[in-house]
Amino acid sequence: MKTDSVLEKVLKSGNLAVTSECGPPRGAVPEKVRQKAEMLRGYVDAVNVTDNQTAMVRMSSFAASVIIRQMGLHPIMQMVTRDRNRLAMQSDIIGAYSHGINTMLCLSGDHPHFGDHPMAMGVHDIDSIQFIQMVRKMRDEGKFQGGADIENPPKMFIGAAANPFADPFELRVARLAKKVAAGVDFIQTQCIYNLDKFEKWMAGVRDRGLDEKCYILAGITPIKTVGMARYMKNKVPGMDVPQEVVDRMAGVPKEKQAEEGIKICVESIERLKQVKGVAGFHIMAIEWEQKVPEIVEKAGLYPRPQIA
Amino acid sequence: MITAERKPLEEIIEYIRPFQKILLIGCNECVTVCSAGGRKEVGVLSSLLQMSFLKQGKNLQIREHTLERQCDPEYVEELVSMVDGVDAILSMACGCGVQEICRRFKNKPVFPAVNTKFMGASERQGVWAERCQGCGNCLLGVTGGICPIARCSKQLMNGPCGGSTSGKCEISPDVDCAWQLIWDRLKALGMEDRYEEIIPAKDWRPGRAAGPRKIIREDLAE
Repeated sequence: MKTDSVLEKVLKSGNLAVTSECGPPRGAVPEKVRQKAEMLRGYVDAVNVTDNQTAMVRMSSFAASVIIRQMGLHPIMQMVTRDRNRLAMQSDIIGAYSHGINTMLCLSGDHPHFGDHPMAMGVHDIDSIQFIQMVRKMRDEGKFQGGADIENPPKMFIGAAANPFADPFELRVARLAKKVAAGVDFIQTQCIYNLDKFEKWMAGVRDRGLDEKCYILAGITPIKTVGMARYMKNKVPGMDVPQEVVDRMAGVPKEKQAEEGIKICVESIERLKQVKGVAGFHIMAIEWEQKVPEIVEKAGLYPRPQIA
Repeated sequence: MITAERKPLEEIIEYIRPFQKILLIGCNECVTVCSAGGRKEVGVLSSLLQMSFLKQGKNLQIREHTLERQCDPEYVEELVSMVDGVDAILSMACGCGVQEICRRFKNKPVFPAVNTKFMGASERQGVWAERCQGCGNCLLGVTGGICPIARCSKQLMNGPCGGSTSGKCEISPDVDCAWQLIWDRLKALGMEDRYEEIIPAKDWRPGRAAGPRKIIREDLAE
């Protein structure tokens, strides 16, 4: 074990891991964090806490992660290179570790263009791969990025994202290889709707043995309405929603669409379980967290393994 | 070259409203090439300002002059005889030129008439695009000759983010994905392996991180 991370323990035990996410509120309302996280208790191994997702100001990932940790749950603190330079990142990492947070996700973050502060300057002192290198160096060498020793180095279980659906596709396995070489422990993928393409990517991943060097959690997002399916298909960069998914949602009456979305989601998980190299699932039910327990149960991922 | 765009006329008018006699100076270098502040643009702006003030019943006197290079003290010296007779100076050079004029003429108000934009190249007639951020430690030798610092919206140094779609950046279909360009070029050169070399965290000191920069060439400095 590299860390005390419960996620690492579950993955190491060979069980399929389940993670979900909690987007912090846009205000000083800790009870909202607790409410969202409480819905996930017992159904997931760890909870991603997003960091100013879609470049909108929210309660910091660090603070919301502490709240979730105090609830006895296991946060995966997301951190983006957009909002912090390497000094701020490292101080937050040792701060978070001091509060019992031992799992994190290293991201570059959505461009400010998409959020409510498009006039803000993105920092991007380092990129996501250099970020992984930095956290690994902190953990394994006990050194800050600048080279000085750390007193009681933070032992973070290091995650990153991968999007098999963005372009250029032929570069996507190599991009993962770079994250592995940088020292990533686990990967959470972009939401998967085009399973054929995902399987093709995974074949490339296995060809290079990358699935044996990091744990890959398949990203799943239940679709609520046909409108959401169309929006993701047409408007979200790097998202691949095949027409047949849109058609399937459009083919059921409005009041049945949410149910159909859950069904698609559970079927996807069942198919992805058969894909060699998939080590678990990351269920991103955006503002629909109450559906996560149902998905986990229906997908046969409940109960979660009890690992201390 | 350094690119620039003329400021909105209203902003320029506000700067010079208190004055009667203006020296309007252009620059024959970059701002001429990008049609922002050369001889021709000096003439156009001069007419626009005079017409605008005339409508308000004010006779603005403008003397026009375009220097070979406004960021060079040697050429700025040419202005000495012209400056005494004016109330203020309006410069159509980049920020470097404007500041050089300020440095030379300490008792004269100097105003910029253009917004300095970026270091770029001409993509086609009338279109200029950013190419370099002057990071001070050029990466082009390892990124296939295409700069991810200047041309990737997130200045990612190790590959495309998850928003690259059909060769375009997630922020706009008008912006090329720098990493698509880099990858295409590495492939064309048969240098795909180069992609997997990790570019380590950048030392920004040769860039802006260590404060305002200066080059001193001992062999040339007097």
